[in-house]
Amino acid sequence: MQSLDFRPFRARHWRQLFTDVSHWEPNVTAVAAHPVSSSPPAGTGLLPSGEPWQLIDPAGQPVTEAGPLPPDPTLTELYRRMVIGRRFDAQATALTKQGRLAVYPSSHGQDACQVGGVLALREQDWLFPTYRDSVAIVTRGVDPVEVLSLLRGEWHCGYDPHQHRVAPQCTPLATNTLHAVGLAHAARLKDEDTVALVLLGDGATSEGDTHEALNFAAVWKAPVVFLLQNNGYAISVPLAKQTAAPSLAHKGIGYGIPGELIDGNDAAAVYTTVQAAVERAAGGQGPTLIEALTYRIEAHTNADDATRYRNSDEVAAWLARDPLTRLEAYLRSAGQLDDDGAGRLRAEAEQFAAVLRERMNADVPADPAELFAHVYAEPTAPLREQRDSLLAELRDAGEQR
Amino acid sequence: MTSTLDAATVTMAGALNTALADALAADQGVVVFGEDVGTLGGVFRVTDGLAARFGQDRVFDTPLAEAGIVGTAIGMAMNGLRPVVEMQFDAFAYPAFEQVTSHLAKLRNRTRGAVSLPIVVRIPYGGGIGGVEHHCDSSEAYYAHTPGLRVVTPASPADAYRLLRQSIDCPDPVIFLEPKRRYWSKETAQLEAGGPALDQAAVVKRGTDVTLISYGGTVATTLEAAAAAAEEGWDAEVIDLRSLSPVDDRTLTESVRRTGRAVVIHEAAGFCGYGAEIAARLSERCFHSLQAPVLRVTGFDIPYPAPALEGHHLPSTDRILDALARLQWDDEPDERWLDSGGAHA
Ligand SMILES: Cc1ncc(C[n+]2csc(CCOP(=O)(O)OP(=O)(O)O)c2C)c(N)n1
Ligand SMILES: [Mg+2]
Repeated sequence: MQSLDFRPFRARHWRQLFTDVSHWEPNVTAVAAHPVSSSPPAGTGLLPSGEPWQLIDPAGQPVTEAGPLPPDPTLTELYRRMVIGRRFDAQATALTKQGRLAVYPSSHGQDACQVGGVLALREQDWLFPTYRDSVAIVTRGVDPVEVLSLLRGEWHCGYDPHQHRVAPQCTPLATNTLHAVGLAHAARLKDEDTVALVLLGDGATSEGDTHEALNFAAVWKAPVVFLLQNNGYAISVPLAKQTAAPSLAHKGIGYGIPGELIDGNDAAAVYTTVQAAVERAAGGQGPTLIEALTYRIEAHTNADDATRYRNSDEVAAWLARDPLTRLEAYLRSAGQLDDDGAGRLRAEAEQFAAVLRERMNADVPADPAELFAHVYAEPTAPLREQRDSLLAELRDAGEQR
Repeated sequence: MTSTLDAATVTMAGALNTALADALAADQGVVVFGEDVGTLGGVFRVTDGLAARFGQDRVFDTPLAEAGIVGTAIGMAMNGLRPVVEMQFDAFAYPAFEQVTSHLAKLRNRTRGAVSLPIVVRIPYGGGIGGVEHHCDSSEAYYAHTPGLRVVTPASPADAYRLLRQSIDCPDPVIFLEPKRRYWSKETAQLEAGGPALDQAAVVKRGTDVTLISYGGTVATTLEAAAAAAEEGWDAEVIDLRSLSPVDDRTLTESVRRTGRAVVIHEAAGFCGYGAEIAARLSERCFHSLQAPVLRVTGFDIPYPAPALEGHHLPSTDRILDALARLQWDDEPDERWLDSGGAHA
């Protein structure tokens, strides 16, 4: 991939046309704050590296020239959370077949992004997930039954966003990017040390809100990290129909935001890159755009038929790049994991799934009156009337039975 | 909280400016932002002087992107601020529509009340200023149709102050529609934040024969029509709705049950317009008191016309008087209601 030419002389030329030169200062601080030599990233200035940055290769070998690995306990925890997350994901898919979930978008294959991104956050940071990111939310510590509320078909998101600093799962594509920027900017205005991590897909980068969010974040130097999970498809539409950019990470330079291109199936690389971006943001250096190359192994949701738009060879190639096997191979070769340890982890994940299954089998009583309770802070007079008429209707129906 | 200033002559734009200044002074969490609201003070000068007084961290210009303005306001409110954002003109608020309808209106409900979005979206709206295309839309029905939003529109400077202060204090998101042709209307009044509730309509003129119902830019026209009607022998009551959502059914029904006749006046297109909702509610709630069908005087169902022709489009006193004359005063149905041809045309 060839790198783009930044042409600073143009800036000098144009600068003369403005009376206030600050209008046309190239964003040198953003460039300087992002030295080429540091790891990550492997990119130059605002541009991403030509090849996705990787710390552990698909065979589980450390890529030594890429930089130091996170410490072993961190790698072990990344692996543990991925094992649990993968099991949770499979359980959720199974629940759709039993009619316990209305729909479930799986993140099988994207586990490294789900877990690596979230574990890189600090307690006080915020996560802005999409419908795809249930595993990320579970990893953040939200009760898995609460996480599945929306997908179960309930009218609310299931959890209190303030409790774990996790916004509701967002379905209108890219709209959550702006919420993350706003929350992060408010933190800066209030002098709080809070960073927002927003998750989005490759398809979502075509939406106008993504453009606006990247631009607002850059102009405001908001402490926000964009973790873009490029899984190659937006439902059936492949990336080539979505963009002509050399990479999605290249989009950063247009906003004055450093772009990082990383291997999204390498949990160590995701964790390290997001952590560095969080530090950068917390240090007042503004946003980072991280493109993590990954793949969803399952269909878009349980309702989708992926065979209509991709072939099994492609899936097989990505199965060979599985994020769990990769980290497991590394941990075993590093003496951090043996059969006993792996067995214990599997048992823990099974237990997690068993509890979830059982709890999801319980019917939740839904109170029709609550439909009117939270539309406004206090139900308005017209809503009170409507609630009362629904309740009267239910009373009448009950009497007839 | 009530802020009482000395009675003085003030324009609506000035009253709004004072409301913003007082809200910024009263609550550190209030931030004001949008396009050109900082240094310039807004294209209508409603935010004049606020950036200088409260600093660029509290009153600031944003990049030019309406979804961005509303979307980031949502994030800021999630983090405890009370954003008051400005959309430069009615039709330029449309890029923010997804953020308004899918998030601003729904986040409280989606989180079962855990996330509150005390955000005010100020939108200068409506025509009557000789504006060009895209600068004169009356977009209230889009917002009023969306559950979870409050929609408020003042008709006078004193109301503008009070309603904006109350909207900023309100825990619900408020679409605050400012009738731009009344920005320079003057009133001698005390500006007070206290008083009637945010969603209470006002009977601005008492009367016994007919209820004229309006809001925003057409309230003044309606009052003129009521004065003219008095000369013809009709004693008209005039209601300024002030809050379009939720609507104050009680004030409306109390009045119409008394007068037995009603006309709704607004400048937005009539088809699926806000007046249709009022007419429907009145026939549901006051049918047995009504002496005639509820009539509407509205703009035509056309894109807002060019300045040279806008006078034909806007409800005029004559048109309101004409509607009034058709309210079956002698028990004879209006001929138009008997002509079935119109329904099929
Ligand atoms: C504004 C909007 N348009 C369309 C959709 C329907 N939709 C849901 S997911 C999806 C594909 C999104 O692809 P991508 O951003 O790559 O995320 P992925 O599903 O691959 O994780 C579409 C089109 C939507 N949710 N929101
Ligand atoms: Mg995708």
